[in-house]
Amino acid sequence: MNDYLLISFIMTVIGASTPILLAALGELVVEKSGVLNLGVEGMMLVGAVTGFAVTSITGMPLVGIIVAAITATLAALIFAYLTLTLTANQVATGLALTIFGIGLSSLLGEGFVGFTIDVMGPVFPAGLAEHPVLRVVFGHNVVVYFSIAMIGAVAWFLKKSRAGLILRAVGESDSSAHSIGYSVIGVRYAAVAFGGAMAGIGGSYYSLVLTPMWAEQLTAGRGWIALALVVFSAWRPWRLLLGAYFFGVVMTLELYTKAAGITLIAPELLAAMPYIATIAVLALISLRKSAGAQAPACLGQPFKPST
Amino acid sequence: MLLELEARKEPSRSMLYLTPVIAVLLTMVFGAVIFTLLGYNGLAAVREIFITPAIDIGRWPDLGIKAAPLILIATGLSIGFRANVWNIGAEGQYIFGALAGTGVALLTWDMEGVWILPLMCLAGIVGGMLYAAIPALLKIKLEVNEILSSLMMTYVAVQLLYYLMRGPWMDPEGFNFPQTRLFSDSQLMPEIGDTFVHIGVPLAFIIALIAWFTMSKTVFGFQVRVVGAAPHAARYGGFNKNRTVLLSMLAGGGLAGLAGVFEAAGPFGQMVPQFPTGYGFTAIIVAFLGRLHPIGIMLAGVILAISYVGGEIAQTTLGLPNAAAGLFQAMMLFFLLATDILVKYRLRFGSAAPGGAK
Amino acid sequence: MTNFTRRNILKTAGAAATLPLLGTMARGTAPLKVAFVYLGPIGDHGWTYAHEQGRQAAIAQYGDAIETTIVENVAEGPDSERVIRNLAEQGNELIFTTSFGYMNPTLKVAKRYKNVKFEHASGYKQSKNVASYNARYYQGRAVCGTIAGHMSETGVAGYIASFPIPEVVQGINAFTLAARKVNPDFQTRVLWVSSWYDPAKEADAAKALFDQGADIIAQHTDSPAALQAAEQRGLMAFGQSWDMSSFAPTAHLTAIQNNWGIYYVDRIAKVLAGNWSTGSTWWGMKEGAVEMSPFNDRIPAEVQAAAIATRDNIIDGSVPAFAGPISDNTGTERLAAGGALDDGALNGIDWYVEGVSA
Repeated sequence: MNDYLLISFIMTVIGASTPILLAALGELVVEKSGVLNLGVEGMMLVGAVTGFAVTSITGMPLVGIIVAAITATLAALIFAYLTLTLTANQVATGLALTIFGIGLSSLLGEGFVGFTIDVMGPVFPAGLAEHPVLRVVFGHNVVVYFSIAMIGAVAWFLKKSRAGLILRAVGESDSSAHSIGYSVIGVRYAAVAFGGAMAGIGGSYYSLVLTPMWAEQLTAGRGWIALALVVFSAWRPWRLLLGAYFFGVVMTLELYTKAAGITLIAPELLAAMPYIATIAVLALISLRKSAGAQAPACLGQPFKPST
Repeated sequence: MLLELEARKEPSRSMLYLTPVIAVLLTMVFGAVIFTLLGYNGLAAVREIFITPAIDIGRWPDLGIKAAPLILIATGLSIGFRANVWNIGAEGQYIFGALAGTGVALLTWDMEGVWILPLMCLAGIVGGMLYAAIPALLKIKLEVNEILSSLMMTYVAVQLLYYLMRGPWMDPEGFNFPQTRLFSDSQLMPEIGDTFVHIGVPLAFIIALIAWFTMSKTVFGFQVRVVGAAPHAARYGGFNKNRTVLLSMLAGGGLAGLAGVFEAAGPFGQMVPQFPTGYGFTAIIVAFLGRLHPIGIMLAGVILAISYVGGEIAQTTLGLPNAAAGLFQAMMLFFLLATDILVKYRLRFGSAAPGGAK
Repeated sequence: MTNFTRRNILKTAGAAATLPLLGTMARGTAPLKVAFVYLGPIGDHGWTYAHEQGRQAAIAQYGDAIETTIVENVAEGPDSERVIRNLAEQGNELIFTTSFGYMNPTLKVAKRYKNVKFEHASGYKQSKNVASYNARYYQGRAVCGTIAGHMSETGVAGYIASFPIPEVVQGINAFTLAARKVNPDFQTRVLWVSSWYDPAKEADAAKALFDQGADIIAQHTDSPAALQAAEQRGLMAFGQSWDMSSFAPTAHLTAIQNNWGIYYVDRIAKVLAGNWSTGSTWWGMKEGAVEMSPFNDRIPAEVQAAAIATRDNIIDGSVPAFAGPISDNTGTERLAAGGALDDGALNGIDWYVEGVSA
């Protein structure tokens, strides 16, 4: 592989990884608070369609991204209200949210099919952004840098900040957190809203950057890969960054090897890799019993404050 | 005026049965309003989606065919859900079971005999069980969260299907189209009389009834309910929790696998890459809408089938977009989940009431 | 922000259809009910969109003499069977089912509704009341190949393809043969994405091909994502099924347009006149079923002339798309000079011509 090809490959990998990274980072925080929201795909689609619609009307992708974050947050709040306030089952509510997102986005998007928009360019000046080698660092749009910054921010938040500590406490032992006086429901609302915003931004990365258009089910199931990624990374932000790029490599390597006329392994096996690897990670972290790498203890359990 | 929730001493039986009806009615009302605001004829949309397919006897066979796999899978899932075992990978078990049955069909494609179809069904049940056994054993041995593992397994099954369709199992006379050969007459589910309804449809309803009997009248059913409702009591009672987890997962996987064979050997008549249509996920909704009770599940399966078939009717008669049906289904579940709280709580008006404040 | 220019193009295309209005007298005043079953949404930019334009052309031709119904987003398999059956039940007399996966469901329904005429696109089975139809896309591919041979600086084209079925293999071969007539060293690299529609994957596939030396992309998948990737890179690509230039005004050189309206108008005329019969129709550029969308201005005049010559030679039969000598990519001669591959050979084609790496 020559240098040009290697760098081009990395650029494509980063593109493919960024949206799942964003959505997974949001879901990581949600799960750390003890909530399992399976509606990632639905929220991504809501973000994708509204982000695209707003961008095609205003011509401003940044506005589109912000709107995508807001609308997906609203969708997430439906989930939060049902599961947190009304203590509905999280699995069923998450699935319903996905069905809702698919339906709503197709309906909203009808009027925007066939539109095109201008794609966001790189942040840095052309000298850096188009440099044959340095573009690997400087050749990205603002969302890519944002996604990496958010990894750092979430890592710091969970590990170092007081609020992050409370969030983890709520996820590990909701009843103790409640008895010390923290608002379990409040914390989880905030986490679910954050998860929605990140999923919305991730979804809009498809409709605004990777394939700047709207088509039904544009994200084609990548919300589920994001869910796998959270588990694969064992709920650790920096590992999630690595995991996202690993998943990106898996998704992209097939295309690059095939384009070179090489078939390494059956493409179906490669496509199943993220999921197989995730199951393996699940088994491994259980075997190692390492604290902190386990699923949050209260994951998916409804919390009913007892009187 | 203040609305308050007051905890009930016991879950309300009447609300348990009433809330699904409330959810469906709320969906109709909200659906009519939303689609009117969107510029469609909202009332007509509700009529075409929910009423027309239900009152037109000519549509009933369609409803049965669409509802059968949902009912079968949801019945299996409900057993696990009652034991607090969250198998959400029924879609994968459905696919894997269907593949096992298809494997038998491809091995016997040049044979004839009444034994072939039952063997395919058996293979489907075993296939579904084996596929469910993986997350079950991971949970029992390693305490791996079965929600996550069974979900991941679904996507592995999808890729396995794609691999088989594009490679080893492709129809040798099919011009490289990724699909198997057509099943032979010995491998197809017989159709009832002159209708196009295959025998899997009544079988699905009968199996749901058997499950009801099992859950309410046998020791296994009792164990499942106790393990789910009161794990500690179960331990005192000498019930083996792991055994219950395994059995309830296997029941779910087996029924999903059987549903897979019914679908493949029934409406599909072959295996194709488009086989997974999300029945395994929709069945989760059916299980909840049906209150994890076989009779409820039958009704819920039919209601979901109505919304699918009705969605198509609304498309042809009103030009309603295809997405509308999905939106109605999601709303229905949202309302059901929202009204669920009425089972355990009572709505009160006013504020200063004893026991209500919190 | 750009919007649809395609719709406007279409109005003229529809009005240009010139078949006489037949048979309305014989049928009395009741309009002929014609139905269309679509795989995707009408706004899919490609396959389904082209069929919808065909329907519009039929409406423009026959006005009140026909009454058309569409159902979009119909999944292949049992759902399609139900939709097709209900369309037959609703009194549609002619039903077009427009995706390969509808083949067996269409045949199954047709057995029950012997008085209804069915038309299935892109399959290989017929029956008494099921005709099949497809278009010779490969003829358009040859025109694209001529353009690619002239325009490509690297002499390498990327070809994003779905599955190695004959219709796709024909296209890859015709494209490469034409390009190598211009540039004998021309190479076509095929990238199988195993999907008809996955925009993000198609875009990444285009990037992978560009990064490895291709500067022009042809595709046999349905989304405009590869064109957008070409636009972003400042390279070139061809559209699929319909003019996709609005997505990539600079990169889009031309597109193969599936002009189904010609066929739909003809078949409806036959039903109206009472002389419809089954059969298999495979129309190409001569009949107008395959057309090139307007050439991009960046294509030099002499290249445009060469492309038009390729088209005209195919239309008048002087130089068919598959004219000998043809060697395959293992070096074996498949066809001697002076010959041409017949339809039988094309329908079973599973080898690639020299210059293709697949």
